[in-house]
Amino acid sequence: MASKITVLDPTGYPPKIAAKALAPRLDTLNGRTVYLVDCRFDDSDIFLAQMQAWFAEHMPSVKTVLKRISSVYLVDDPKTWEEIKARGHAAILGVGH
Amino acid sequence: MTIEAGYGVPTVAMHTDKFDKVVRSVAEVNGMPDLAQVFVPQPIMGRSAAQLRAYVDGKDPISGRPVMQEVIEGLTHPRAREAGAEYDRSTPRLVEADTEEDLKALFLERNWTDNLPIVLPTEERVAAMLAGTRRQAHEVVGRMRSTHFREYWEYTVEKVAVNAVMAGARPEYFPVILALAATGVTARGSSSSAVACMAVVNGPIRREIGMNAGTGAMGPYSHANATIGRAYGLLSQNGQGGSVPGLSYMGNQGNSYAYNSVTFAENEERSPWEPFHVQHGLGVTASAVSVFSGVRSTAFTLGLREKHWREHVGHLLRGMDPHGPPALLLDPIAARQFVDRGGFAKKDALIDWLYETARMRASEYWDYQLIQNYIYPRATFGEEPWASKLKAAPDEEIPMFRREDIHVIVVGGETNGYWRIMGCNYGKTESVDAWR
Repeated sequence: MASKITVLDPTGYPPKIAAKALAPRLDTLNGRTVYLVDCRFDDSDIFLAQMQAWFAEHMPSVKTVLKRISSVYLVDDPKTWEEIKARGHAAILGVGH
Repeated sequence: MTIEAGYGVPTVAMHTDKFDKVVRSVAEVNGMPDLAQVFVPQPIMGRSAAQLRAYVDGKDPISGRPVMQEVIEGLTHPRAREAGAEYDRSTPRLVEADTEEDLKALFLERNWTDNLPIVLPTEERVAAMLAGTRRQAHEVVGRMRSTHFREYWEYTVEKVAVNAVMAGARPEYFPVILALAATGVTARGSSSSAVACMAVVNGPIRREIGMNAGTGAMGPYSHANATIGRAYGLLSQNGQGGSVPGLSYMGNQGNSYAYNSVTFAENEERSPWEPFHVQHGLGVTASAVSVFSGVRSTAFTLGLREKHWREHVGHLLRGMDPHGPPALLLDPIAARQFVDRGGFAKKDALIDWLYETARMRASEYWDYQLIQNYIYPRATFGEEPWASKLKAAPDEEIPMFRREDIHVIVVGGETNGYWRIMGCNYGKTESVDAWR
């Protein structure tokens, strides 16, 4: 029978995970403003325009705002997030590939 | 995730279905496993408005439920949960003892290898590797992550040694491997463009450990080149917590450069110019390693013809994707031809000429998909030099690259004057001496 040997684990050390609370959900979207946030990757803007059209046809009481992030998706965009918080009620971000 | 947790706005994140496991994993390690995520088919790129409308009207390919129903429920159905709880994750120092055969199978099963045979990292072998540096085993060397949205993992000198042993490296190579680890530049990036890294070693360490800067330098013809590069890759994938297709690696076609991260020594002795590390602030007698990321595209040719060499080089440059700036890897024969034909006595003069030569029509430049994804948004945000480029008329010839992103390295054994251009991004030059 082959003898057993001991070896070292090659994997690094992960950080702790800190649970974050999600935002409270809305009771309804009727009469609310939903931001459709274009992450500016591939053809996300075309996709979100189609989603905006869907809302106009099926849920006309929902106001939608198509908003492009200021720069690339790799850069935080507090100005846009502040605008959405101040003027909107919910957001749909896309499209992650 | 930022707008949801940081600004309290209920949010749904849209993704393509190929990224199902990745985005769920990213949400989990960011403490938000319940984040509302809805999927549509891949690809988005190149689809018509009508095709994308069909995605909106269709079903989420992961859940099988209507996309818009998932979106609306994601914004209106309660998902609130408590914040603040912390979940510790640990990594054991040792793997449970087993037979050599079973351990090798385990390493494969856990995706700890590059699918080539490894040397098992026994305590004796790791101790021998650690003797290759004066640094302490418990010292933290750096941190890496596979993508922008993932969390950084940390690794110590001992963890780097474990991966160096697995790669088959010798203790005398260890300072170079530690320097690579200290760059924090992962050789296992998860970009869907299937990136690899390139590592260029300069200074006396090259000769001390027998690195190859001549014939076959970028091929499998030097134990040091081969195993240092392999160790860098293994350290990256294990140090950052994984590189698993579909989960933490999304490179569409993969990249065979990743097997040893194109690791070689610069042929300083035969170069007509100053060594690469000297250009980046280190002394001629210092030893250093420089890393480039985003290594994907290659162009090549033989020498420089007297009559049309300028046009030939221009065509090669324009054949590169403008999002992947050029690093010229010149055999010493080709390097001297650039001096003889172009009068580039200094490397800087050659880089000036390359910058001026690599031009294309503005309309063509801005239409590249990667320029649209990564540069155009920055241009509209006002970042230079792209904001100025955006003002160019459609037919105006504009520079494809920033001058500071163009690099020249001399490597090769003068069996002929072949040379190539590697499309890649310079990352960092790290002292090897600091890790001896």
